[in-house]
Amino acid sequence: MSVLLPIWFFSERDLFETQRLRLMLFFFPLLSIQQMQFMLLFSRQGKLRLQKWYVPLSDKEKKKITRELVQTVLARKPKMCSFLEWRDLKIVYKRYASLYFCCAIEDQDNELITLEIIHRYVELLDKYFGSVCELDIIFNFEKAYFILDEFLLGGEVQETSKKNVLKAIEQADLLQEEAETPRSVLEEIGLT
Amino acid sequence: MKPLETIEVLQTTFFSQRMPAPIRLRELIRTIRTARTQAEEREMIQKECAAIRSSFREEDNTYRCRNVAKLLYMHMLGYPAHFGQLECLKLIASQKFTDKRIGYLGAMLLLDERQDVHLLMTNCIKNDLNHSTQYVQGLALCTLGCMGSSEMCRDLAGEVEKLLKTSNSYLRKKAALCAVHVIRKVPELMEMFLPATKNLLNEKNHGVLHTSVVLLTEMCERSPDMLAHFRKLVPQLVRILKNLIMSGYSPEHDVSGISDPFLQVRILRLLRILGRNDDDSSEAMNDILAQVATNTETSKNVGNAILYETVLTIMDIKSESGLRVLAINILGRFLLNNDKNIRYVALTSLLKTVQTDHNAVQRHRSTIVDCLKDLDVSIKRRAMELSFALVNGNNVRGMMKELLYFLDSCEPEFKADCASGIFLAAEKYAPSKRWHIDTIMRVLTTAGSYVRDDAVPNLIQLITNSVEMHAYTVQRLYKAILGDYSQQPLVQVASWCIGEYGDLLVSGQCEEEEPIQVTEDEVLDILESILISNMSASVTRGYALTAIMKLSTRFTCTVNRIKKVVSIYGSSIDVELQQRAVEYNALFKKYDHMRPALLERMPVMEKVTTNGPAEIVQTNGETETSVLETKPPPSGLQPANQANDLLDLLGESDITPVIPTAPTIKPASAGGELLDLLGDLNLTGSPVSAPAPQIAQPPFLLDGLTSQPLFNDIAAGIPSITAYNKNGLKIDFTFERSNTNPSVTVITIQASNSTELDMTDFVFQAAVPKTFQLQLLSPSSSVIPAFNSGTITQVIKVLNPQKSCTWSLVLKASMPRSPFGFAGKEHWYRKLDGKEEENGLSPGQFVAAVMGTVYVVPLVMLVFCPLEQLGFVVCLW
Repeated sequence: MSVLLPIWFFSERDLFETQRLRLMLFFFPLLSIQQMQFMLLFSRQGKLRLQKWYVPLSDKEKKKITRELVQTVLARKPKMCSFLEWRDLKIVYKRYASLYFCCAIEDQDNELITLEIIHRYVELLDKYFGSVCELDIIFNFEKAYFILDEFLLGGEVQETSKKNVLKAIEQADLLQEEAETPRSVLEEIGLT
Repeated sequence: MKPLETIEVLQTTFFSQRMPAPIRLRELIRTIRTARTQAEEREMIQKECAAIRSSFREEDNTYRCRNVAKLLYMHMLGYPAHFGQLECLKLIASQKFTDKRIGYLGAMLLLDERQDVHLLMTNCIKNDLNHSTQYVQGLALCTLGCMGSSEMCRDLAGEVEKLLKTSNSYLRKKAALCAVHVIRKVPELMEMFLPATKNLLNEKNHGVLHTSVVLLTEMCERSPDMLAHFRKLVPQLVRILKNLIMSGYSPEHDVSGISDPFLQVRILRLLRILGRNDDDSSEAMNDILAQVATNTETSKNVGNAILYETVLTIMDIKSESGLRVLAINILGRFLLNNDKNIRYVALTSLLKTVQTDHNAVQRHRSTIVDCLKDLDVSIKRRAMELSFALVNGNNVRGMMKELLYFLDSCEPEFKADCASGIFLAAEKYAPSKRWHIDTIMRVLTTAGSYVRDDAVPNLIQLITNSVEMHAYTVQRLYKAILGDYSQQPLVQVASWCIGEYGDLLVSGQCEEEEPIQVTEDEVLDILESILISNMSASVTRGYALTAIMKLSTRFTCTVNRIKKVVSIYGSSIDVELQQRAVEYNALFKKYDHMRPALLERMPVMEKVTTNGPAEIVQTNGETETSVLETKPPPSGLQPANQANDLLDLLGESDITPVIPTAPTIKPASAGGELLDLLGDLNLTGSPVSAPAPQIAQPPFLLDGLTSQPLFNDIAAGIPSITAYNKNGLKIDFTFERSNTNPSVTVITIQASNSTELDMTDFVFQAAVPKTFQLQLLSPSSSVIPAFNSGTITQVIKVLNPQKSCTWSLVLKASMPRSPFGFAGKEHWYRKLDGKEEENGLSPGQFVAAVMGTVYVVPLVMLVFCPLEQLGFVVCLW
């Protein structure tokens, strides 16, 4: 009654599809409702300069996403549009001098206003550092984070006035210096 | 001099040992940047990390802040920094603002809700939320809003709510976004914030206003009750928006001439949610939307961002028809914009609206088609999708021309999608059969290697069914493959057609086109060179060989040549090809009287539509030799989606679906091969299952029937089978039709074990295509006792609503500590060594696939086969 019948009807393409599906499930946390999922700043050489994640992901996933995105974005030609579909997200990126600013937003979000958000952040950096360049962000990365945190919170814009953001940063800086001053002097004299 | 120097040296060493002043952050960054190689950088960082670790160990408070900052830099470079997590918490607990600032930053970067450590912050954040300095409060809010887990949100929601009510706008805006985060994490806390939202929209400060709108949006999207509650805010939102677009220049919020675009976009989005499915609210916002749509300055990106949001809102709410046309026209204008980004969003949003406002979008067709030529792949893809959405009966010829041209010139990544899009559209809107065949042939010639596997059978079916086109088609195909065998699907279709309609080709009676003069030998030359060509896939060769065989009855003077070719391939190293050749040889020698009847022209195939036009179940065409004579309905070629379903089941388990790589196994024609093999088995008389011979059957089909029972009546039930009998495990299937519902098949499985060891953790799983319903009752046990001393029984019920269609079933059984199967073999030997327990080996598993067709037609053939070592396949015909 038994007959040899070596049938296996799964093509490699099917297998690939399933793997992709599984990959998507793997990144399921990215699908929550949230305006901005993450923001990355990286240089033309692919070096990460700033990363802000608004969704909980493991370090491994973050690294994987970063690597993949940096590669994809850098491979795009300058004449291409600033948007790309990546997994279930939309990536909005813009290049300013040697730096790429890259945001991941959700499907129903407005790409054009995200470009404005990126631009506003660049303006804030520029105002704060005084014609900002990549080196400013490398050496003062913590400041760049502070500015971002005064501008965006949890992936949403919290302040639409440039002036207010910068004022808040300056005052917080002042507060820091007040606390710092006595010890800095001591440091300069003795310990450094 | 000397002693003094010694003292100095001693002092330095003393200091550096007791209190090694770590280098400053900027210093470190500078040093690391001097590294010329990756290895050098790594070395520097390892050294610094060691210093930082020891400093952490010494509980050094002075430099903790600096060390954590350095660690954050290294973290950004991709080096591990988790050992700084607890230090961040210590910094947060410190009284100094600098420490707190870096501490919170570090916490946001190094910690997230996946680590339990983050819960230790809760108390610190709570204290800081009540701090006297607003910037400390701000840091705490920011951290909570960025990374707060649900536990944390639950604990701190009260504080957030309190801050949402303060008059301090700096804290209020942060608290509002924090509330958004809390609601996202713990939706049931939403009501808590309801009282605080009362006065939010009366705020003058744009930051607070913006974040409040975000908060309201979040609440409306999460709960229908909130949505109904907040509908009353529409007039107020309209007023705010009106003020924004009417007010003059305000330097603080101006972005290239537009007043606070961020706020405008947010309000528009909230209006969209409030107006969705609600006539009154939609009515209330019609005017302002029209105003925004006409008054917004569009020379810059900001203006377009607002317009884009306006369009989305207009399309989503119950807006007036005039407004909708205005919206589509804005998108049409976007398509002509120089800015690629704007063209892209236009295409994306047109794609969203094409279903509802088809005619309005249709007006911009030519612009959309032009976007197919764009240099940007994102735009191209969108334009392609939109073009397919716009194809209809009126424009199909023109659109297809453009799309075929696109298919020709586009990047490889588009070809597969484009080809299947063209197939679908051609199927739906083909103005004539000839056009349809031409179109598909054109796709196969330009993008043959990218088409999906089902394209070949689909085209063959289409050709068979258009009887008047046979001569024309075979001639076209013959010309298409002359000298070019690179496009495999095309060559397959061509081989099939030449085999089938070779006589028409040679007789040269084509009406549609000028007939070509071909001799029988020329045709055979082509087919033979396909057989020889190293570009041909094994499947293609199979097609060619069968075609040659078929020609033996269609050609008159070349039969001897055909016999020779067939006998040559009887010793081919390709098992599949050899098998075919041996079969055909037998047909020439033993059953020559049957040959003309067997190789008769294929009947017109019935079209069986399952779910969509793309999924056509039909014969492969390679299968006719033995079965077709007796079996008019389409044979069971598995549609691709079913295979996927089956794969899904396999995918869920922890085994990797193993795909045998034997050259004979080609999924493209799985059904065909299956039948071929049946044919083969019948011919060669190997132990074979029983085709029920109610209809007159060719005698050779009965050769293998000697010891087999005949199943004459399927209504009486499907006979039971032994599905698996290997390595001591025996599984029997008993089939039964349910009395109450004849479309329910009840399968009882019985498993017994003849080895001397018990098989434990026996799990039987089954999967069916989505159109079926499956019920797995619980098994009698999960242990099969040894020495056949007992059996496990399990009942599976399969409901097949469409009675006479193909069904398939994958069964999976896993048995850790059982001595069989693919992984099980090695397992078994280890078990004998007695090492199995310590090794903790992965469960031995075997996969069984049962696939079959049940027809109401009283023709039954049961085939059961072991599939390599993996499992088995059962086919019910």
